[in-house]
Amino acid sequence: MLSATLHKRLGGFALAVSLEVEPGATLVIVGESGAGKSTVLRLLAGLDAPDAGRIALDGRTYFDREAGVAVPPWERDVGYLAQDYALFPHLSVAENVAFGLRAQGMRRRVVRDRVARVLDRFGIAALADRRPAELSGGQQQRVALARALVLEPRLLLLDEPLAALDLQTRRAVRGELRRTLESLPCVTLYVTHHPLEAVAFGDRIAVLEAGRLAQTGTPDDLLRHPRSAYVAELMGVNLFQGRVVRRDGGGLVEVRTPHGVISAVDPGEEGEVLVALSPREVTVHLTPPGGSARNVFPGQIVELVPEPPFGERVRVALDTRPPLVAEITREAVASLGLREGLSVFASFKATGLVPYR
Amino acid sequence: MRRPRGFTLALAAALAGLVALLGLPLLSLLLRVRIPDLAARLQQPAVLDALRLSLVTSTLATALVVALGLPVAYLLAGPSFRGKTALETLVQLPMVLPPTVAGFVLLLAFGRQGALGPLLAKLGLTLPFTTAAVVVAQAFMSAPFFISTAAAGLREVERRYLDAAATLRATPGRIFRRVMLPLALPALAAGAVMSWARALGEFGATITFAGNLPGVTQTMPLAVYLALQSDLDAALALSVILVLVSLGVLVLLRTARLRPIAPPAPAPPPPAPPLPGDRPALRALGDAP
Repeated sequence: MLSATLHKRLGGFALAVSLEVEPGATLVIVGESGAGKSTVLRLLAGLDAPDAGRIALDGRTYFDREAGVAVPPWERDVGYLAQDYALFPHLSVAENVAFGLRAQGMRRRVVRDRVARVLDRFGIAALADRRPAELSGGQQQRVALARALVLEPRLLLLDEPLAALDLQTRRAVRGELRRTLESLPCVTLYVTHHPLEAVAFGDRIAVLEAGRLAQTGTPDDLLRHPRSAYVAELMGVNLFQGRVVRRDGGGLVEVRTPHGVISAVDPGEEGEVLVALSPREVTVHLTPPGGSARNVFPGQIVELVPEPPFGERVRVALDTRPPLVAEITREAVASLGLREGLSVFASFKATGLVPYR
Repeated sequence: MRRPRGFTLALAAALAGLVALLGLPLLSLLLRVRIPDLAARLQQPAVLDALRLSLVTSTLATALVVALGLPVAYLLAGPSFRGKTALETLVQLPMVLPPTVAGFVLLLAFGRQGALGPLLAKLGLTLPFTTAAVVVAQAFMSAPFFISTAAAGLREVERRYLDAAATLRATPGRIFRRVMLPLALPALAAGAVMSWARALGEFGATITFAGNLPGVTQTMPLAVYLALQSDLDAALALSVILVLVSLGVLVLLRTARLRPIAPPAPAPPPPAPPLPGDRPALRALGDAP
């Protein structure tokens, strides 16, 4: 169990976060570059000292400003994977993995056995005598992970572990890394700027915005009930903020947002509410859709972005009021002849839209 | 781009002047040398003594400088502390101090009448005018060459390796030995070689502090100076050796520094996301595929 309260000032930037993570669980910290993600990891590893706060891991206090406790990094039970892996260039793969065990003064034979076992487990035994310069990005990542995990840390810190890899390797390594992390008994903190990675890896996700936690929850929470425009944007969800203004008796309400009125399911709430809408629920038409659709908004296409790159789906950003993002198939884009600047109609169903506070 | 003629002429004139200043003296030395003569000279006991003494003292001086200088270089390469600038200045001082003045202050400190003289006398030690004094004078003059090169090399070891080592349970001492030293080794070796070459050529501080006793304190530069007044051919032979050693050091530094330990290849930058179907603005800029 990790519990930490961290305060750190860096120039004009102030970091202030509180975290609690259960043993065996993975918390993903997601945010843009400069939000303070790496700083959180460096503070937990002891590479930098918080200005104030407390860090405790499995009942042991690593840092407590008021009590004057500051355990140095080499005495913390923490594994840390830097973004570029930082394998020692002058040591072979086996020596890199053995580094931490040797530092603990373990006997040569024990070190050799444990290194051999972990190299086997990560499928890199054949690389034992190579230098880091002779490894591919994916291999470097495995070695770095083996080097950290051979020490059986209670807390594993991963700083953008996939960012240094090219796209193809990333896909292969992602599944492998997820299986590894799922099997670990320790607390894992995983930092990324990529919402997809956050959803793939996190038991829980903490959204870091300019040094503060904007929202913490399960991936499902964040997708269905984002609490701020920033979180919604990050998760790629449409979010409306408004007031319940009218009930129609048929189980629907009207929510007035600063940009327009939306019909949604009656939540039984009054006043200020939030409404989240998945881009996949939004359809795009060239002419006003007939029938009973209540939420129809005209507007121009601002941008078409394949999502993910080379994928089968395309995100369509619209300057409707309120502004909407739709996610439709590549075929639909082609058959409708969609292009940037084209005037279209976006619509979505009121059923399934449940406002929340 | 073509240089204007006048500028080219000025450059050529300066170049000619500099070559005359630095190259001509060396050339005239080499023109005077006759190889069989040189071989015979090198077998003279006086020349051999000076050669042996020089090699021994400059090697000992380098060992002393490395032993005392490496921790100082580590401190200077690290984070700021009170008195760091003062320490840096102190370390660089011998580079600009006239060597005779260096020899004089050494006498003032370690001489019989010096500050530490009585203490040394009580221990039964006399430093001035001994071979040990030669080593001290050489170490004094050559320390900056090692320390500044070593500090620069240690400073260049990337922070990420030190951080990784710290999270792998390595204490600062272990990080220094197992990560900083091996990664900075080319710079440390270069510093030691430069320091050794400086010690080998030391003259002013040595003659002031250690005197000019054949076989005891008369190193090669001193022997050259002495021979100049009596035996020009001996001076010639010793000078040729010193010139060859100096050139050798420069060649060694050039070749050794070109082989640092290769860091892992940086991962390729992530490919730019493909442009969406139709972006007239980008196409107009010629950026679209």
